[in-house]
Amino acid sequence: MTIAIDTWIQVAAFTGGGLAMGFGAIGAAIGEGFTASEASIAISRNPKISGDIFKSMLVGQAIAESAAIFALVVAMILLFTDFTGQSVLTISVLMAAGLSMGLGAIGSGIGSGFPAGEACAGMSRQPAMSGQLTTNMLIGSAVCQTPAIFSLVVSFILIYSNFSGQPVSPTWAAILGAGFAAGFGAIGSGLGGGLVAQTSCEGIARQPTSAGTVTNIMLLGQAVTQTTAIYGLLIAFILLFKGFAPTESLGAAMALLGAGLCMGLGAIGPGIGEGATARSAVRWIARNKEATAELTRIMLVGQAVSESTGIYSLVVALILIFVI
Amino acid sequence: MAIEGAHLVQAAALLGAGLSMGLGAIGPGVGEGLVASKACEAIGKNPGEAGLLTRTMLVGQAVSESTGIYSLVIALLLLFVV
Repeated sequence: MTIAIDTWIQVAAFTGGGLAMGFGAIGAAIGEGFTASEASIAISRNPKISGDIFKSMLVGQAIAESAAIFALVVAMILLFTDFTGQSVLTISVLMAAGLSMGLGAIGSGIGSGFPAGEACAGMSRQPAMSGQLTTNMLIGSAVCQTPAIFSLVVSFILIYSNFSGQPVSPTWAAILGAGFAAGFGAIGSGLGGGLVAQTSCEGIARQPTSAGTVTNIMLLGQAVTQTTAIYGLLIAFILLFKGFAPTESLGAAMALLGAGLCMGLGAIGPGIGEGATARSAVRWIARNKEATAELTRIMLVGQAVSESTGIYSLVVALILIFVI
Repeated sequence: MAIEGAHLVQAAALLGAGLSMGLGAIGPGVGEGLVASKACEAIGKNPGEAGLLTRTMLVGQAVSESTGIYSLVIALLLLFVV
């Protein structure tokens, strides 16, 4: 029995849609659950401002939800667009688009829940700082969403680009690799950025005078945390746009798939680790403002060391793409 | 296209190199971040000992880095030697 290419394209579209929404639902649900659990404790501590806390919980959850909504949009596009009649590469494109968006939504969903929960807790302790806490939460959560937006961009590029002029081998592997690089690569930075934003909300509630410094150091720490997601995006773009010479060699295809997996998986650890570092630095800058310079320095040194394995992954991925 | 044994082995070595470095980078990244996180906490509590704490942090991170370097070595061996 031979199965037509159009059938395989449909199989890939439905599988990709399922993967996008299945993986994409994990993060937002955990993050929002954390927010609601913190909000419940906050309301029991200070029932008088339950209305404000409830509002802040819903706003925070809405931001965490956006990562899952991106995944829903990609899943809907994959389910209801007619891709039949296109080249055989479309099979790989649709799977990669689903994987990129699904995996990419995990970190941002979990991460965005942390600052929202801590903002609710902070409001119950320090109701006067509600406005400042909400602003800080919104800035912090917005930065957490950027890795998910990178994944969304890669998914859209995959779905709406025309790869029909490219040779099937090894482009199919480059496309799948790009999906893994953007998807896995977003997990660490999304989660790490949330850890930083969480303690900045905690710090503002405990020590209102430190608000400006805390927000600045939070943004600095989050910026470093985002770097590994940007490496993932970079490798995904190289794999998508470089254009590879046709070859029948399985090795050439596996090198490109390996490059994507290497950068994607390699970005998870440094993203989480750098987030954990900046989380503590921000927490202690709020409690001990005199040590701000010392703590910022040690935070950057610690993050730089943590970044090293991400850079090894980038180097190995670049060797796999350009040297092999 | 006939796939011969040698092609399959080469393909596995290249994919393995990517997996080795990718998965191997997760642990050190998280571990070194935790070391630096506690170093920040310690300096926040006792800023006077910043020099000593920085040294301890860097030595601890260097040890934690070793598994990442093993992964890099194995990845490079798979790419260029095997």
